Amino acid sequence: MIISEAKPLAELQEVLAPFGRLFLVGCAACATACKAGGEEEVFRFQEWMAGQGKETTGSVIIDEACHIQRAARDLRHHAQAVAAADALVVLACGSGVQSISSNTDKRVIGALNSLFLGNVRRFGQYEEMCSLCGDCILNETAGICPVTNCAKGLLNGPCGGMKAGRCEIDGELDCAWRLIFERLQRQQRPGVFARRVPPKAWSRRRKPGRHKIR
Amino acid sequence: MSQLSQNLAAGEFVVTAEVAPPKGIDLAPVLATAEKLQGVTAVNVTDNQGANMRLCALVLAGELRRRGIEPVLQLTCRDRNRVALQSDLLGAAALGIENVLLLSGDHSKFGDHPDARPVFDLDAVQLLDVVAGLNRGVDMAGKPLAGTPRFFPGAAVNPAAEPFELVLQKVRKKVDGGARFFQTQAVFTRVELERLAAAVAPLNVPVLAGVLLVRSAKMARFLNSSIPGMCVPDEVVARLEQAADPLLEGVAIARETVGWARTFCQGVHLMTLGHDETIPEILR
Repeated sequence: MIISEAKPLAELQEVLAPFGRLFLVGCAACATACKAGGEEEVFRFQEWMAGQGKETTGSVIIDEACHIQRAARDLRHHAQAVAAADALVVLACGSGVQSISSNTDKRVIGALNSLFLGNVRRFGQYEEMCSLCGDCILNETAGICPVTNCAKGLLNGPCGGMKAGRCEIDGELDCAWRLIFERLQRQQRPGVFARRVPPKAWSRRRKPGRHKIR
Repeated sequence: MSQLSQNLAAGEFVVTAEVAPPKGIDLAPVLATAEKLQGVTAVNVTDNQGANMRLCALVLAGELRRRGIEPVLQLTCRDRNRVALQSDLLGAAALGIENVLLLSGDHSKFGDHPDARPVFDLDAVQLLDVVAGLNRGVDMAGKPLAGTPRFFPGAAVNPAAEPFELVLQKVRKKVDGGARFFQTQAVFTRVELERLAAAVAPLNVPVLAGVLLVRSAKMARFLNSSIPGMCVPDEVVARLEQAADPLLEGVAIARETVGWARTFCQGVHLMTLGHDETIPEILR
């Protein structure tokens, strides 16, 4: 899922300063799961805004805020409350914010920072394991992604900063290449060490991404 | 053919040193330092060392070369994509620079621009392949070059890193990719150097042992805590701590490492960090 977290309140205070009446949008999918933009957080945000002397004209938790048509429908259902607001505040990932902004010319304020595509270790603990690079090498790397788990995204082995099997940028972090190496050893196969992996085709990740199922 | 490649091919014990481009635009002090270096075959020019922004290494390497001092241009993958790396390499070749040391580079987080986006479009193994291609007269796109460079490419290895078998996997890839020499990160123990030399011997690529002048226990602790891949053992820290003259002790430690290198390696790469006057004593 997409991991997001609340922006600092001071930042939101500043960006919301010109507006007195606001419509709130949350997301029932990822932002709810990581407790950044669900029912509870939207309610708390409303309370906080009231404390700032601002009025909430209404709110909605969209089933998946990244769904553009669904967002459009939900905004239509709340057309009056939306129309009464000076701006919309969206407690969802950047994708969700843009589903909303692509459906209205009103000012749309994102209240979260989107962090990464995260795996859930346990509740409240998320780990980035995939960078959506478009050119997957996992089959050669024993199911551990070096593009994501190596701080430098190296494709041919560890850098010179590996110390006792840990990463140079954080001594608590296992070197991804050590993990790959050890699992390949347990699987008794050379995997990615059998060849010099050529440079990645970053063209596969040309922005903005578009995908159409035929 | 670069002097470095000739001396290594002839089996001589080779000494290289290292200078860093300035933070600023005055090259005079570093050029004066480089001109005073004695008994050194080539001088490495570091590339935004430790991810700290400094004057372009290519320019300093070119100026050294103009003064008859042979450079080893260090090139990291941290700050340039494949287009910029190839472009800089062609620029280096045009200035007559042949020795290049191809590195991944310390992560941007360690430097003075920690918010910079680290590039790492290529890794060091891939960059070695690129240099091999340029030496054949083609770029990464397979397009022919007008004029063919004659790079003598080298790579780095950290002899202290564990697990060592994993380090070796990458060393092998680097040799397959065309590394013609290795310069190691700083070595402090005889066993590490002996282990590396034994492992690399079948690959027939000369190794220059990295010798770092550690001037005090305080500096040793800083290296251990703040410099990637650096591991100054406790015994060495203790020696520096107890020494009446830590600089003198640091020189003695460096001289011992040079001694091991004379046994196991084809040379040394000296990192004296502004105390180049100690080089004759370290090599004595």
